[in-house]
Amino acid sequence: MKRTWRRFKASYLLFSFKQDKTAIFSLAVLLVLLVTGLLAPVFSPYDPYDPANIDIMNSELPPSWTENGEAAFLLGTDIQGRDLLSTMIYGLRLSILIGCGAVILQGCLGVVVGLLAGYLGGKIDAVLMRIADIQLSFPYLMVAIFISAIFQLAFGIGRYEDLAVPLLIVIIGLAEWPVYARTVRAAVMGEKNKEYVEAARVIGLNRWRIMFRHVLPNTMTSVLVISTIQVANAVMSEAALSFLGLGMPVTKPSLGSLIRSGFEYIFSGSWWITLFPGIFLVLLVLVINLLGDWLRDVLNPKLYKG
Amino acid sequence: MSHLLEVNDLEVKFGLRQGDLTAINGISFNLDKGERMGLVGESGAGKSVTGFAIINLISKPGFISGGRVIFNGQDLAALSEEAMREIRGNHISMIFQDPMMTLNPVLTIGTQMVETLQAHRRITRPEAEAIALEKLKKVQIPSPEKRLAQYPHEFSGGMRQRIVIAIALITDPEIIIADEPTTALDVTIQAEIMDLLQQLCESEDTGLILITHDLGVVSQVTEKIAVMYAGKIVESGLTDRVVNNPKHPYTQGLIKALPGSLQPGARLNQIPGMMPTLTDIPPGCAFNPRCPLCETICRNQEPPFIPVDHLTRMVACHMVKPDPSMGTR
Repeated sequence: MKRTWRRFKASYLLFSFKQDKTAIFSLAVLLVLLVTGLLAPVFSPYDPYDPANIDIMNSELPPSWTENGEAAFLLGTDIQGRDLLSTMIYGLRLSILIGCGAVILQGCLGVVVGLLAGYLGGKIDAVLMRIADIQLSFPYLMVAIFISAIFQLAFGIGRYEDLAVPLLIVIIGLAEWPVYARTVRAAVMGEKNKEYVEAARVIGLNRWRIMFRHVLPNTMTSVLVISTIQVANAVMSEAALSFLGLGMPVTKPSLGSLIRSGFEYIFSGSWWITLFPGIFLVLLVLVINLLGDWLRDVLNPKLYKG
Repeated sequence: MSHLLEVNDLEVKFGLRQGDLTAINGISFNLDKGERMGLVGESGAGKSVTGFAIINLISKPGFISGGRVIFNGQDLAALSEEAMREIRGNHISMIFQDPMMTLNPVLTIGTQMVETLQAHRRITRPEAEAIALEKLKKVQIPSPEKRLAQYPHEFSGGMRQRIVIAIALITDPEIIIADEPTTALDVTIQAEIMDLLQQLCESEDTGLILITHDLGVVSQVTEKIAVMYAGKIVESGLTDRVVNNPKHPYTQGLIKALPGSLQPGARLNQIPGMMPTLTDIPPGCAFNPRCPLCETICRNQEPPFIPVDHLTRMVACHMVKPDPSMGTR
């Protein structure tokens, strides 16, 4: 453990991180957002899921520094009278949860498919990659609309509220796995002709072991880089789905559903319900993307060769 | 007495769109326990393909189209993939040319060594690490305990080749196939690695098939030698006999081309022309267009691979007459 830490301290990764102000800033903001989101009950002034905290009389209060604002609600309240800041922090948690969950799902699926297709090649490759092509040729919104419509019919709106998070993870995860599959396949096809793979075969290892233990770790660089971008994408997909009313229900709003619920009142002057969750969302996606960019530059195999 | 490894009339083809291409055309040799043999020839003569054919790992579109590879009484060419994996790395190991490429860059060398052992034996990690440590000491890696936890990029080229040798030795194989093990290293390291390899093979009584185009290395390390040309063995015999008294004009050409045999300042000898590509091997003796002794029979008739003296010397050339003292055959 100590050794790993010392190795990390001496690494090129840390060195270039310290050199890059954007990366430091992005990571700091991301950490703040992550901690706030994951520890939402600690940081938010109210529990937006508790009906006892909601008073319809407080609805659509503007931020506290404006003329009609109340000191109790820093960023104002939404249409149901919930404290907007608390709701946003809880929404942030949902967005991060769904984003990461979807990326883990699409990553696992895509990496395995890409690895099999790239390493085994031939017919398996052809079949798997055609499936990926077909999947990519469906707009994910269409698939999402389809699945959630069926789901809401089958389980009823009441159950939907409880199952919305896993459902969104599955929808977004299934929609984007071919991105991983293609990247991993390309990387594997480059790796599998290298001599260390031949050497592993000469040692007498079986093909599964060679695939998962020797080839896969060598393709992890590209997986890591697209993962950051995919997290940002998944967060945005979730927001888009929620905005269309196919994501998180209003009772448990994510950032996307908050933006949407505010959107209906934006012309009646309640700009804050849309604007603040919007800023949160942009900030989250932006810092993830900036970190992803930095990571891509650092891990670029052309610049950094072990 | 049966040999440890017997290659009989081995034939390897590559299936191409235009038809099958013969890369190895009926070669035979054998190896006894602890014996060291050199396989020499130009690039493209089929040396490496022979090495891979022995462990039945010719990559597509190549395949073994004939002949047998008998190891410990089993025909390796006919074994199932499963059974073959048991042989690879366990009974027959292979060392490759470029140690920069043969170690997996993302695994520590300890992991890679342990993995090799665990692929073949039921053994716990600490036990395997103990064996790995012992082998690293054998290949003279300093402070091996520390080195086990390091990654390949933390080693120099010579060190890496030592580690590759340690991995090849870790299962105590009967045979090591070394495919140009020193080509990618600089000259001083080359000598060290060759010495080490020779010494280890001697002390462990391991058979060695050394594939190389460096006659100097072969004469230093091996006991017997087979010279390959265009997919065939053209001359074989005890190393010092072949090197000091080559019979086949190709072998003679190779020996003459060595810089050591000349006065300083003189031009190097070379064999004129190039080895034919596999698609247009000339009829008769494959060497005939480049051969100084070429006659009509060489262009029409393939020379038989026959013994020419009492000491297991075999030559495939029309112009080499068997030692008369051998009597009529």
